[in-house]
Amino acid sequence: MSAAADAHLQVRDLAVQRGGNTVLEIDALDIPRGLVTVVIGPNGSGKSTLLGALQLVLHPVRGTLTLDGEPMDADPIKTRRRMSAAFQEPLLLSMSVQANVELPLRLRGVNRNRRRELAEHWLERFGIASLSRRHARQLSGGEAQRVSLARAFASQPEVMLLDEPFAGVDAPTREGLITDFAEILSETRPTTVLVTHDRDEALRLGDQTALLIGGQLRQIGPPIEIFDHPADREIAEFVGVENILRSDELPLGIEAPPDSLICIRSEHIVLERGGDATVRRVDPSGAMVRVALSVGAVELTARSPRPVWHGLAIDVGDSVSVCVPPEAVHVIAAAD
Amino acid sequence: MDLIWDGIREAARLWWSGDGEIIEITLRTLAISSAATALALLVGIPIGAVLALRRFWGRGLIVAAVNTGMGMPPVVVGLVLVLILVRQGPLGSLEIIYTPTAMVIAQLFLALPMVVGFSLASIQSVNPRLIGQMWAMGANRWQVLWLLARETRLGLLAAVMAGFGAAISEVGASMQVGANLAGETRVLPTAIVLETGRGNWEVAIALGTVLVALAFIVNLVLTTAQQRRLVT
Repeated sequence: MSAAADAHLQVRDLAVQRGGNTVLEIDALDIPRGLVTVVIGPNGSGKSTLLGALQLVLHPVRGTLTLDGEPMDADPIKTRRRMSAAFQEPLLLSMSVQANVELPLRLRGVNRNRRRELAEHWLERFGIASLSRRHARQLSGGEAQRVSLARAFASQPEVMLLDEPFAGVDAPTREGLITDFAEILSETRPTTVLVTHDRDEALRLGDQTALLIGGQLRQIGPPIEIFDHPADREIAEFVGVENILRSDELPLGIEAPPDSLICIRSEHIVLERGGDATVRRVDPSGAMVRVALSVGAVELTARSPRPVWHGLAIDVGDSVSVCVPPEAVHVIAAAD
Repeated sequence: MDLIWDGIREAARLWWSGDGEIIEITLRTLAISSAATALALLVGIPIGAVLALRRFWGRGLIVAAVNTGMGMPPVVVGLVLVLILVRQGPLGSLEIIYTPTAMVIAQLFLALPMVVGFSLASIQSVNPRLIGQMWAMGANRWQVLWLLARETRLGLLAAVMAGFGAAISEVGASMQVGANLAGETRVLPTAIVLETGRGNWEVAIALGTVLVALAFIVNLVLTTAQQRRLVT
């Protein structure tokens, strides 16, 4: 089966303008059925605009959007009733938790008993059944976001459009929420478009990643492919490749074609005591330690898990050897 | 001071005895002001919603006009309506001048800016992203309006109270277009002016207490509805 035949949503020759400027221009994008497509990109890259166009709240100046091969804007309400959405803000209405989760079903004319049954099921699945009678205003940020996601699932949508739904939640709450969400997503498999800034979310939840920069679709593929094999320097910088070296300045015995750039993720560099590199600076960075090195005139950045680093007992000014596994080296064409 | 106490005692006696004229005037006042408020809500809430949700040329001018209308002197509204509704005026052929209908129209024009202004302010305060979420949930246009009314029910009840307050308390326009005809267009505020002019203090005080009580009861009902915690 071809990729196009699997596509649930298709974007073709899309252009969206805001204030007279074209902020999104995509020639072709297929959203595969039952998979999670993660859309990443810097601020202003057009991620939320793409989601707005798919929700039919932003009107393109050009192009077609199809759902199962049918134009999505032929009957916007019917199309929207096959989809659901959740955003960074929970956007709950001034009513009880139960009534909020039932609301999309109520708008679709589902009878009271069925509504109650589905709402109770999804509240249970998101671990918030005990909150069902509480007013939406009385919830914490994490609870409200769980209600928002339960509401999104309650209408059993074919397509789910999510705009940074975990970004407004504090770190410990977020971890539990993503775990639950991932589990529910893998059971229900709606076609999902997830906009995020977070690399871990993309790697954890995504089957496909679409990277937008400046309103253009610059790379699409499995998340690990984008993070480990960015197509060009700009993408490499966005996905957090800290070592981008010209092939003629390579200090590591790595062979690369002339006029190319070598990308090495800092966490892929292995350090050992003694060698021709010097430690210039050491900074804690979450569970990792970020180490700035110099090898001759070339500067490199490495990241080691904190226990590994402490086990090496290396300090600023010490000599280390730098090992890069061949599979961690990614070669891209040098920019003009 | 005795005058006031005598007035209050007489008011209580008139109340207690169920004076027919007071009851008739009270019911007419309630009917005219309720009709005017209902019409103002019917027309004013959609206008407020459009002004809150849409951007179009001339919107700022309309909003400024609405804000001006909220402080419009009733006598000016009365004057304009008299000029329009008198026999030789553009709508004189309708022959509604000096009827309760003309008074409903006058009070409608006084209540309308209140209703539009309060609706506009309350609908405008809704997070635009919440309205986006309503569409995303698959709501049609009417369902979005229903959800918006539900979300802004506190503000809309304030619009009802402001509209009713403007209608029931005004006297100038009602005098001008209703002429305070006994048994036909006499309402509590115009009756109070008349009885005060005649020096019938006790009757004026009785009518005044009825008017205040009426406004209080209506607002009490609306306030109770407004402040009730709606959890479902």
